[in-house]
Amino acid sequence: MINTKVTLAGVELKNPVMTASGTFGSGAEYGEFIDLNRLGAVVTKGVANVPWAGNPTPRIAEVCGGMLNAIGLQNPGIDVFVKRDIPFLQQYNTRIVVNVCGKTTEDYLEVVERLGEEPVDFLEINISCPNVKEGGIAFGQDPKAVEAITRAIRERAKQPVIMKLSPNVTDIGEMARAAEAGGADAISLINTLTGMKIDIKRRCFVLANKTGGMSGPAIKPIAVRMVYQAACAVKLPIIGMGGIATAEDALEFIMAGATAVSVGTANFFNPYATVEIVEGIEKYMQENGVTDMTELIGCVK
Amino acid sequence: MEKNKKTGKWKQKVPVISQECLASGVYSMWIEAADMAAAARAGQFFSLYTKDASRLLPRPISICEIDREQGRLRFVYRVVGAGTKEFSRYCPGDDITVLGPLGNGFPVEEDPKRRAFLVGGGIGIPPMLQLAKELSCEKQILLGYRDELFLNREMERYGNVWLATEDGSAGTQGNVLDIIQEHGLIADVIYACGPTPMLRALKEYAAQNSMECWISLEERMACGVGACLACVCQSKEVDRHSHVHNKRICKDGPVFAAWEVEL
Repeated sequence: MINTKVTLAGVELKNPVMTASGTFGSGAEYGEFIDLNRLGAVVTKGVANVPWAGNPTPRIAEVCGGMLNAIGLQNPGIDVFVKRDIPFLQQYNTRIVVNVCGKTTEDYLEVVERLGEEPVDFLEINISCPNVKEGGIAFGQDPKAVEAITRAIRERAKQPVIMKLSPNVTDIGEMARAAEAGGADAISLINTLTGMKIDIKRRCFVLANKTGGMSGPAIKPIAVRMVYQAACAVKLPIIGMGGIATAEDALEFIMAGATAVSVGTANFFNPYATVEIVEGIEKYMQENGVTDMTELIGCVK
Repeated sequence: MEKNKKTGKWKQKVPVISQECLASGVYSMWIEAADMAAAARAGQFFSLYTKDASRLLPRPISICEIDREQGRLRFVYRVVGAGTKEFSRYCPGDDITVLGPLGNGFPVEEDPKRRAFLVGGGIGIPPMLQLAKELSCEKQILLGYRDELFLNREMERYGNVWLATEDGSAGTQGNVLDIIQEHGLIADVIYACGPTPMLRALKEYAAQNSMECWISLEERMACGVGACLACVCQSKEVDRHSHVHNKRICKDGPVFAAWEVEL
């Protein structure tokens, strides 16, 4: 008998496998391929106080072992989201994590307060999107700003607050400590790494936004390293992500110090990735005599 | 893993049956996929996966033909990069992983008295073949090429075919609209797939002549199933998903009524 349950900020997840925001919508599209009940949690696409149209196309580009995206946080806004997406997710026996984005502190707070009475298990605060000029990353690259927005949100939030950190910083430990100082209940990392691709035939940028966030298997070693550094810097539980495509990848993050993991870009090339990772972790535990998931968390020092 | 076939789309490794070069850089590949062929409709597409793990994303390729009796699907595609180059090297006996069928497909006109233009430009021509097979109305098939022809002989089985080439080597010199003018053709409905300037011109032509017009769009895609919001097009009306003016080509399309999208 193995126990795959993990506890994140006092909330129990049936297993540590979550989805990465922006890669999974609110679950409806991938619910046609997998049973959402199998997931530890579904993390939604970022939602703002009002609808956002996002960036012009092309919004994505493939790169070796990964991809760049500059979607620009297109979303329907909180009104549609609470009426449509939350009731959809409530049909399933999985935890609901709502990713929140904004251009100003007030934008974030408006969404956080609207979600206060909703059946949502966690709020994940996106202060690290590299693809929108205002908000997002503006908050995520300065430790003082990270601490201030974390504190402002923590004061108003009814649910545990996960701060999603940017890897586009010199010292991830400093950012993790800033989130901890601001009262975060957990941190998630890494968001995408800012990248660029140039079309040499047409002599132009491939993405309309010029730069995009890099994700996919190619970034995994960087992400594992940052999760390890963050785990060394703070006591907060960590949700690790960045290039996870297999159970082996997920286990690396867990051993580096992550309590849970998020699967992102892998959904695009394997719609069954999340459930395959859940099953692969169970298999690893059985084959290696691990009875409790918690034995593996941060076991590599 | 048990693939859920009830929802009508899934990912599967299937055998390649044939591979043929139709013109410079244009290939025709048949795959054996009985359940997928049974589920597929004209105007839908499949995500095709390369075997090279460094190329993560599937290539969205439109369906050229569906052979439901033999349980086969045909893709006619242009080699534009390393991924499609890899597909073109697959031989009978190789396998390929595909996901689909994806997207909405063309609405199929049942009224035999109506007259349709089926318009294909360049690598937008292939989806017109399956559509031509499924439409029971009067079909006028207009095909635009840069120079080398492909699929034009096969189209002749299903309707009257007119050609246009940029260099004038076959048919009308010019584009598909030049065909309509030169031959004084008329129709009630347009189905089209091809480069954006062609679709834009057809949209305008349809509006001027009060015609129904269906166009199939393309854009760089990641997920192909409506989750990532990469492949959006500007829509006239607020979209149902994000409540802005961005319809998802992979999920809400790839076929749209011309009036509903801004080109």
